[in-house]
Amino acid sequence: MNHIETEKEQKWEGMKLEFESHSYNEGFARVVVAAFMARMDPTVEEVDDVKTAISEAVTNAIIHGYQNGEGIVVIQAKRRERTIQVSIHDDGVGIKNITQAMEPLYSGLKGGERSGMGFSFMEAFMDEVNVESELGKGTTVTMTKHLGHTIYK
Amino acid sequence: MEQKEIEYKLLGRSLVVCLPYEVDDHSCQNLKKDTDEIMKNNPINRIIFDFTKTGFMDSAGIGALLSRYRKMRAVGGETVIFGEDPRIRRILKLSGIYQIMRSI
Repeated sequence: MNHIETEKEQKWEGMKLEFESHSYNEGFARVVVAAFMARMDPTVEEVDDVKTAISEAVTNAIIHGYQNGEGIVVIQAKRRERTIQVSIHDDGVGIKNITQAMEPLYSGLKGGERSGMGFSFMEAFMDEVNVESELGKGTTVTMTKHLGHTIYK
Repeated sequence: MEQKEIEYKLLGRSLVVCLPYEVDDHSCQNLKKDTDEIMKNNPINRIIFDFTKTGFMDSAGIGALLSRYRKMRAVGGETVIFGEDPRIRRILKLSGIYQIMRSI
């Protein structure tokens, strides 16, 4: 008997998370996305990479987007086969110059307490990073990672 | 139970900063104020960042380390790193911080 196997294209599976803009929610956001990834059977390093990238984007939303004031941060994540895509959105002040903001060691905050490495870390740990922003409207950072592609030393 | 907050220990003229499980924007918020206070009252010439209990760090942690490095350098002291595991070492390497701080 012949079985004809049809390859079905898998659909995206998604989730959405909203939380108050406060630093105590950074750890919460990381854990939720890590749990969402767990179904994809990632390596420990891959989970760490995504957690760090989420942490960077969420911290940016809180301290730059909402300038440590009130607001809601929205995380949407979707997974399909070995690809995870996460977007972090805020309705904050927006970024005037995205190219400058993404430069290594550039920090929009004065005082020398910030490393200016947030976007560099996102780019190092994810395969794609895309930033959309409008002044006075807010910012959305969308990051994609393909599991099983990174070689860890 | 995971350590949530930074703990400080004085060891001679060294200040040991025992970092928590997660070193991020949230957990580092009081680091500057606390170390400034301790340095004001004690003749510190070395800060030892103890990563023994740390399993996660992001760039906010790097910013905090750099800020303390500058402060120590201004008074002629040094800043060293201790007890980091491979995943923390990855973050530290990526940041280039080993070029200015040694690991003991």
